[in-house]
Amino acid sequence: MRFLHQTTTPAVLFVLAAVLVGACGAGNGSSTVPISATTGVQAISGQTVTLVTHDSFWVSEGTLREFTAESGVEVEVQRLGDTGQLVASAILTSGDPLGDVLYGVDNTFLQRALGADLFTPYESPALTGVPASLILDPGHRVTPIDFGDVCVNYWIDAFDDDLPQPSGLADLVDPAYSGMLAVQNPETSSPGMAFLLATIAEYGDGWEEYWSALRHNDVSVTTGWEDAYYGEFIAGGGDRPIVVSYASSPPAEVIYADPPVDSPPTAVLTDTCFRQVEFAGILAGTENRAASEALVDFLLSPTFQEDIPLNMFVFPALEAATLPDEFVDFVKLPDNPHVLDPAMIEANRNDWTERWTDLVLR
Amino acid sequence: MTGRLARFLCVGIPVAFLGLFFIYPVVSILGFGLTGGGLEHLVGLPGSATFRGVAWFTLWQAAVSTVLTVVVALPGAHLVARRRFAGRRLVRALATVPFVLPTVVVGGAFLAVFDRLGMSDGSFRLTHTVWAVLIAHVFFNLAVVLRTVGSYWEGLDPGPEEQARVLGASPAQTFVMVTLPRLRPAVAAAASIVFLFCLTSFGVVLLLGGPGIATIETEIWRHSVWRGDFGAATALALVQLVAVLAVVGVGNGLQRRRAVGLRTVVARAPVAGRWELAANLGLLGLVMGLPVAVLVERSFLSGGGYSLDNYRALAVRVDLLPLTALEALVNSFVFALAATAMAVTVGGLASLVVVHGQRALSRVFDLGLMLPLGASAVTIGFGMLIALDQPPLDLRSSRWLVPVAHALIGVPFVMRTLVPTLRSIDRRLREAAAVLGASPGVIRRRIDFPISARALVVGAGFAFAVSLGEFGATSFLPRQPDRLTAPLALFRLLGTPGQQLRGQAMALAVVLMVITGFSVLAIETRRGSAGADL
Repeated sequence: MRFLHQTTTPAVLFVLAAVLVGACGAGNGSSTVPISATTGVQAISGQTVTLVTHDSFWVSEGTLREFTAESGVEVEVQRLGDTGQLVASAILTSGDPLGDVLYGVDNTFLQRALGADLFTPYESPALTGVPASLILDPGHRVTPIDFGDVCVNYWIDAFDDDLPQPSGLADLVDPAYSGMLAVQNPETSSPGMAFLLATIAEYGDGWEEYWSALRHNDVSVTTGWEDAYYGEFIAGGGDRPIVVSYASSPPAEVIYADPPVDSPPTAVLTDTCFRQVEFAGILAGTENRAASEALVDFLLSPTFQEDIPLNMFVFPALEAATLPDEFVDFVKLPDNPHVLDPAMIEANRNDWTERWTDLVLR
Repeated sequence: MTGRLARFLCVGIPVAFLGLFFIYPVVSILGFGLTGGGLEHLVGLPGSATFRGVAWFTLWQAAVSTVLTVVVALPGAHLVARRRFAGRRLVRALATVPFVLPTVVVGGAFLAVFDRLGMSDGSFRLTHTVWAVLIAHVFFNLAVVLRTVGSYWEGLDPGPEEQARVLGASPAQTFVMVTLPRLRPAVAAAASIVFLFCLTSFGVVLLLGGPGIATIETEIWRHSVWRGDFGAATALALVQLVAVLAVVGVGNGLQRRRAVGLRTVVARAPVAGRWELAANLGLLGLVMGLPVAVLVERSFLSGGGYSLDNYRALAVRVDLLPLTALEALVNSFVFALAATAMAVTVGGLASLVVVHGQRALSRVFDLGLMLPLGASAVTIGFGMLIALDQPPLDLRSSRWLVPVAHALIGVPFVMRTLVPTLRSIDRRLREAAAVLGASPGVIRRRIDFPISARALVVGAGFAFAVSLGEFGATSFLPRQPDRLTAPLALFRLLGTPGQQLRGQAMALAVVLMVITGFSVLAIETRRGSAGADL
């Protein structure tokens, strides 16, 4: 008869307490004491900066602690969905930003972020080591941190002398490759968008014709990268030997192979690549300006840059950064990746995707 | 506790919870969107053929999914409610498992099943069709009907059925004429939850329906996240909220009829017949077992053969993740416990108000606390971002935000299992107690609470499972890397090529499934002892 003698009071009080504690802004866990400021007493030592980024962000365990050791500044990381969600959230909260530095806006969303005045300019001295082709905002409201190429990948064993692998975008509409390509919807997937932009950069106004031909050649469209790569592509048990993915996919196929392999089973068509550059920017309204600048500098330091590839599978923006062996051995970066002006992308994006939907899905 | 204080807390806690964490954020984001061009979009919607198509599709797929789910689940509900067989509790617990499975994993499993059945191509193609969406909705929501209706049915006095049979009615007649009307409150409660889930379903529509299919929910996401058009997204979110209000209103009306005759003496249920058992478990196995079996098989597949390697790897951190998969599971577990505690308390108190409060208050509570289930994750997530940003309510980086969001979705489950049971408590029993001098508080404690404990634990089980598997709303809230949840870790593992990561993701999904199964089983066992106490 245990139940009969219980009252609801403890439960009521418990939740009341829980709600109150929650409502009164419980701590956010940033109680760690800075290790030490090794480089003399600085004005920023002891401050905490918040880095707002997307869910794919991660660096090795001690990397951010090195920054704290050097500068005395603590870094708190807040992750928020994918790139699209991150930018949308930043725009919604622009009056009262979620943090001090935002990392993860790419060139396809850059103009939208700049148009919403999310960032305040900062020209990092570390930019001298970054190729000019990555510096897309001359006003330095954002700083390039990494880049990755979205390229057509193919399953090497699916092709032989009788049917060699396609050589570029033009071959994909050849009936010999009918039913072989899987792409993502540019309205719901960031590599899907990049591939559409690659075709627009290559064919200009002829892109619509190209996509009609792709459709005629039985292209398969999925919602996201996962269902294209794991559902349609041979690597995941599908039956299509060609898929839109990243230039860094082949090294991942080696690093995370099971059973281990000496070389990747996939390769990249370097003429089909669209370059995605990811930027960091100091959010307008930050109260930790100096510490934020120090963090941006650190994001371009060799320590952070060399930690990028194996954690996020993209390439460091810093030219001098040393790449891991797998990236040296198994990645063939395109000499001339497709690029488009971010302002042009933002101005036409909705129109392009609308027409693409009509052409390919309806 | 004095009556007045108790009443104040019963009303005040749910109001504070819903007001602070749902109404205030949602009103904030809708206000933001409406002033930013949303009004013009709203006016333009009825004239847009695209919108009409999307709205119509959203409604009919949700309606058909709900009917299918109820039809498939009712025989199973009868089995677990009215028959004895070995493993009855296990079946009831296992039915909850799909709830925690991330859509991307289930989607993959379904595609593999279709493929193996030869239905990924050709004239019987299921992949990227509305059929795939409907089947997946049945898979995900079967448990809602099975458990909500099952637990109510179990408590129903079998007398009227026995009388009907004695009077010569066939089993079918008895079911249609006697049982079904008496089950109505529970069926309506379960169906309205399933309908809301399907109305706002996101991952299933995107992944299984493919790029050619859109619902209002996916359109809200597309417009806000991909197009940065908050005006258009807001107009759609408003339409969705109004639709949800209408659905919940109708559902609540259907439930409100007072059912009488909950039994208080537990008679031994008859043993299940062999064929009945085989047919029922076969059906459940087909809908739920097949995709789960594919998943389990894949989780053991490693290095070209079968082994436990993927499971061992869960304890080792890969570079892509800030934590090991096991640590992410612990996070999920802790979040789920906190969310369940909040959902049970808020939902429990609100149910008391719905059943015993003043009429107007009762209706408002009944309607209001269901809304979070039908609001899109985008709306809630973005709303919380812009509303809860000022001290003392700057909760954006608080560790409480994720469990609070999960609790919002858990509360309706607690209420939908609890309210029909509370309503059915025999009025005469309460009146007798009152005549004998028991105060309302005593009646509540000594009659309502013990009888409804069974429903409360079923609701708690749901709230727990929902929180363990929640992905959508979680991904819209800011999180620190060390608070990674298991579903988010799983997505990250699947986001990079490599068989090793894929194997780990499958193993993680299976562990999530097993944890849920056992947790719900543990809750069910508690529930068994509560029932035996009566």
